[in-house]
Amino acid sequence: MTALTPSAASPSVIDRARAWARARNIPPVYGILVIIFFVSILADLFFGIDNQLFIFNPTILTNILVRSVALGIVAVGQTFVVLGASIDLSVAYMISVTAVGASYLMAGDPNRVWWTVIVLFVVGAVVGLVNGTIITKLKVNPLIATLGVGLILKGLLNASFANFAGSVPISFQAFAYNAIGPLPISVLVLFAVVIAGWFLLRRTRYGAHLYAVGGSEETARLSGLHTDRILTIAHVICSMTAVLTGLFVVSRLRSGAPWVGTDGLYDLESIAATVIGGTALSGGKGGVWGTLAGVLIFSLLDTMFNQIGIDAYMKQILRGAVIILAVGFYTFRSKAEQG
Amino acid sequence: MAENFLTETEHEPIAPPPAPPAAQPVLEVAHIAKQFPGVLALDDVSVAFYPGEVHAVVGENGAGKSTLMKVLAGAIRPDSGELRFDGRPVTFNHPAEAQQAGISIIYQEFNLLPERTVAENIFLGREPHRFGVIDYKQLEADTLAVLERLEAQDLISPTAQLGTLSVAQQQIVEIAKALSFDAKVLIMDEPTAALASQEVAVLTDLVRRLQAGGMAIIYISHRLVEVFDLAQRVTVLKDGQKVTTEMIGDLNMSRIVELMVGRVLSEYFPERARPEDIGEVVLRLRGASNDALHDIDLELRAGEIIGIAGLQGSGRTALAQAIFGVEPFETGTMEFAGRAELFATPSQAIRRRLGYVTEDRKYEGLALKQPINDNILLTLRTLQNKVSRVFRNGTRSDREMALELARRVDVRAPTMEREVRTLSGGNQQKVVLAKWLATDAKLLIFDEPTRGIDVEAKASIHERIRELARAGTAVLMISSELPEVIGMSDRILVMWDGAIIGELPAGASEAEIMHLATGQKEDTKYEIRDTSEERALDS
Amino acid sequence: MTQITATTSASESFGARAMHWLRTINPVYYIALVLLVAVGYLNPVFYTPDPFLAFLARAAPLMILTAGQVFVLVSGGFDLSVGSVVTSTVIISAILANNDPNSTWWVILFLLAGGVLVGLINGAVTTFLKVPSLISTLGMLLVVRGVGLLWSGGAPRGYLPDNLRMFGRSGIEGIFGLRQFPYAVILLVVFAVLYWLLLHRMNYGRQLLALGDNPRASRLSGVNISLVRVSAFVICSVSAAIAGILIGGRGGVSIEAGTGLEMQSIAAAVLGGTMLLGGRGSVPAAMTGALALEVLFTLLNLMGLPKPLRDAVQGLIIIGAVAYTAYSTRKTR
Repeated sequence: MTALTPSAASPSVIDRARAWARARNIPPVYGILVIIFFVSILADLFFGIDNQLFIFNPTILTNILVRSVALGIVAVGQTFVVLGASIDLSVAYMISVTAVGASYLMAGDPNRVWWTVIVLFVVGAVVGLVNGTIITKLKVNPLIATLGVGLILKGLLNASFANFAGSVPISFQAFAYNAIGPLPISVLVLFAVVIAGWFLLRRTRYGAHLYAVGGSEETARLSGLHTDRILTIAHVICSMTAVLTGLFVVSRLRSGAPWVGTDGLYDLESIAATVIGGTALSGGKGGVWGTLAGVLIFSLLDTMFNQIGIDAYMKQILRGAVIILAVGFYTFRSKAEQG
Repeated sequence: MAENFLTETEHEPIAPPPAPPAAQPVLEVAHIAKQFPGVLALDDVSVAFYPGEVHAVVGENGAGKSTLMKVLAGAIRPDSGELRFDGRPVTFNHPAEAQQAGISIIYQEFNLLPERTVAENIFLGREPHRFGVIDYKQLEADTLAVLERLEAQDLISPTAQLGTLSVAQQQIVEIAKALSFDAKVLIMDEPTAALASQEVAVLTDLVRRLQAGGMAIIYISHRLVEVFDLAQRVTVLKDGQKVTTEMIGDLNMSRIVELMVGRVLSEYFPERARPEDIGEVVLRLRGASNDALHDIDLELRAGEIIGIAGLQGSGRTALAQAIFGVEPFETGTMEFAGRAELFATPSQAIRRRLGYVTEDRKYEGLALKQPINDNILLTLRTLQNKVSRVFRNGTRSDREMALELARRVDVRAPTMEREVRTLSGGNQQKVVLAKWLATDAKLLIFDEPTRGIDVEAKASIHERIRELARAGTAVLMISSELPEVIGMSDRILVMWDGAIIGELPAGASEAEIMHLATGQKEDTKYEIRDTSEERALDS
Repeated sequence: MTQITATTSASESFGARAMHWLRTINPVYYIALVLLVAVGYLNPVFYTPDPFLAFLARAAPLMILTAGQVFVLVSGGFDLSVGSVVTSTVIISAILANNDPNSTWWVILFLLAGGVLVGLINGAVTTFLKVPSLISTLGMLLVVRGVGLLWSGGAPRGYLPDNLRMFGRSGIEGIFGLRQFPYAVILLVVFAVLYWLLLHRMNYGRQLLALGDNPRASRLSGVNISLVRVSAFVICSVSAAIAGILIGGRGGVSIEAGTGLEMQSIAAAVLGGTMLLGGRGSVPAAMTGALALEVLFTLLNLMGLPKPLRDAVQGLIIIGAVAYTAYSTRKTR
């Protein structure tokens, strides 16, 4: 893959970049992102179906970011729980619940926007609390616990709604469609979420304690940390990011249906983006910037596939292959380095 | 022959003169009892610990040492009895409470986070902060201050990632953490188990300095030499009861061992090989090398035990792994049982009747959640048909074989279906041994066969190893415990920096081994603290 | 602690020993029993031979799938791709067979080969590239489903000939005084015995459990860990292909045929006491877990619950059962 990039002409540059990144503990996801960026340009150059290169088209460039919003926000939340050595499979259902709940409760009325949003965030917090409590107090494996909670959400939602329900008012669609200057509001929100996530993880005691819980629950507990509370808060944060993603999705679609979350594969793809971003599934290592880079990889690929006119199903196949290869790329490499 | 290293001496403490005993003990337990299902782990134990004193606690595995330590550190609440700290009765509900009060414990397996910095580790849960936002400048300054108190500021940077530090450095971080709590009592559980000998010296220095500062140090170790080196007072536990607490000057090593075991152990090491026991060459290495090893020449005969000595990282384990096909040799030749071989995987080695009893039981030796049965039969399954036979696991012959092997090494458990994780360390090691006995190996490599095992189980394992050799097995035994190497080996090879630096005959002295193991050439001058005494040890 | 003996202490009363023995039985058998009794109570016809066999035939795909999943789970991995394998099996078999009865046998061979291939890729990526199996099989989930949809153009095409559908929906007529003895049940029994032998009575299974428990110790004891681990994935994917043939036969061609099965099979296995991340698991218990889930669906149906609510109840039951298991193991320790 590296051979395709322009910088490959002088291998010493790559070597030096690698050494530099390794010395600073920078996960290889950024390298992969850069490589895919250049591959996209080349693919567009040789196989593009229109005559314009996407890097010269601000609309498409912005679009790459907009595409990242839905997955990006929830992936930040997923990063929190994965850092705590947990996992959340219920986010896709939470997104569906939010999307349907928002369009049903708002029912096109701009006056109902604010309390609907508040209600939904409270619902999200409660779901996160339930996830966290089942995991920490009942000692149920997080995979099973959040799968179970997801199934409960799915069941309740499908029993109540069969199709698109209600709609969101035009004013609420500003979230997905309006821009401040050149940057869409949604993209600003994404960056705000990422920065908030970074600040929480890297600058506050809560973040340090979450890393400790994920790194070694025993050590954290022996240091007097309330490990259960710390992990539960991570789950609350994760569910609330799912709510925010749900709000973005419904504002783009104008109305929510019970399948919008699961069809978007937000559960599995948020985990994939987190892991590609260098956060270890075993917890205690990683961060949100890597996750954002992982999400951007997905968006960039989608854009490239569109530019060169790849079939929707082929896209799925390639996406799956990229997930495997991207993670394989550096798990394999780091094993090799260890000797 | 080396009768043994323990019984010989009336060892005078080399430690600095003990601080004048403080009238008031800083920490005291009175009539503590703790019952676990089926075991009375502590039975009416009373001990007092004084400031400025190193107090060693010794006893066999299962004697109640770790339960006592956990009671002191607040990790376990006793069923009855009293804990007094600074003269006042206290109860700790959580280890953090004991730590806040000034009792810190350093477990064998560190409680540190490899992905976080030194500073974040030391002040975990106590980070200086404003509204939850960590003040990193303050954090690093505080850390530096603690490290300076240990004079370790040049050794360890507050911002270094913990996982990049050596074991010894990590231990200093643990001590720094205890110091940052203003610990009055520091409990150390087998602190030297994973250290190389120069590192032990650094640790010993550090402990003395802490002691001089008035800290009470509770020191648990299987290495009695260290106990005599450091401690002023010794408590001996046996079967959950306190046998005695005495000043070190009133005891000698053989007396301690006697108290621990409850009887006099006269013979520690079985007799060496007689000339008629030695047979054909089983293993021959010529110029064998890989990344970690260079130019290994070695010849090992049936019936012979070769001891491999050397510091940690000298290539001892790498040699075992290279022979066994874990990290194979890249150049040179290896001959095994008369055939040129180079094992690329452990399974090839096992099929040719080679066995490797690894250093680390839990991570390399056992599948802890599986029954005793399956652990013992694991190697045998490698030897059986490649295409697994139906009903193989169920056959009586296999089950009987496992049972017979377990009896041979004296595994103590109610049934063979018992999961290995529930056994004591000594019994686990016996299961590992049984697993390798099952293969009927021509050559067995033992890597630290008795680390962390109590005296009695040690003797039994030594006996087993010599029995195997008498029956014609060639044995390669790696050990950090010099008395063990000296007592067991028919020949001793010393490794340094990935090479075999010298060979010594049976009965070489500790001084001679250490001389080679630290990489000094034959002609360089060296100083040994007390050569005559050490020679006397293995006369 | 005594020398190993076979005797139990005689001092315990018979009642205490019986209680002790009952407590050692995996709770999933009690759960299944309670659910089966409840169904029989609501619908006595359930326990006449034909309806019961029909029920077993319906439960067969999930049970076989779960048994396959157990192999991957005890090795310390996950297989999230099984649902996609089922879907693609159904879609592709319809296209390939295209209602031609003569094609059945090579189509089946092709599908099984496909299962082997998917398992090999899952296993190889996990074993040699060291990708966590959660991620590698997630990638394969997308790839396999993509291949199925790409091949069919996104909508079900073609028809399944009757002799391919028969495995899922018909049986041997008129034996044992039955109306029909379903082929699916025969397959179920065959695979139950086969997988039980493989995991519990062969060296392979014992090596797999040891590997899931401690890979390094297993390798040092001579276990060929790559081979053992990869074959666990192959067993799982092949089981999924077989489940796909049964599901296609029963329900016909649909692009939703395998949706959710990956999580259902993991949940069923966990219900049966399989330990996630490896080292502990049992084929009969896991298959009973799958049976319990299917009985539960039947029960909810009988109780007239709206179909979607079944998901919710399923979620509750899974959490409850796993929480109970966690609680009881903590207590006995």
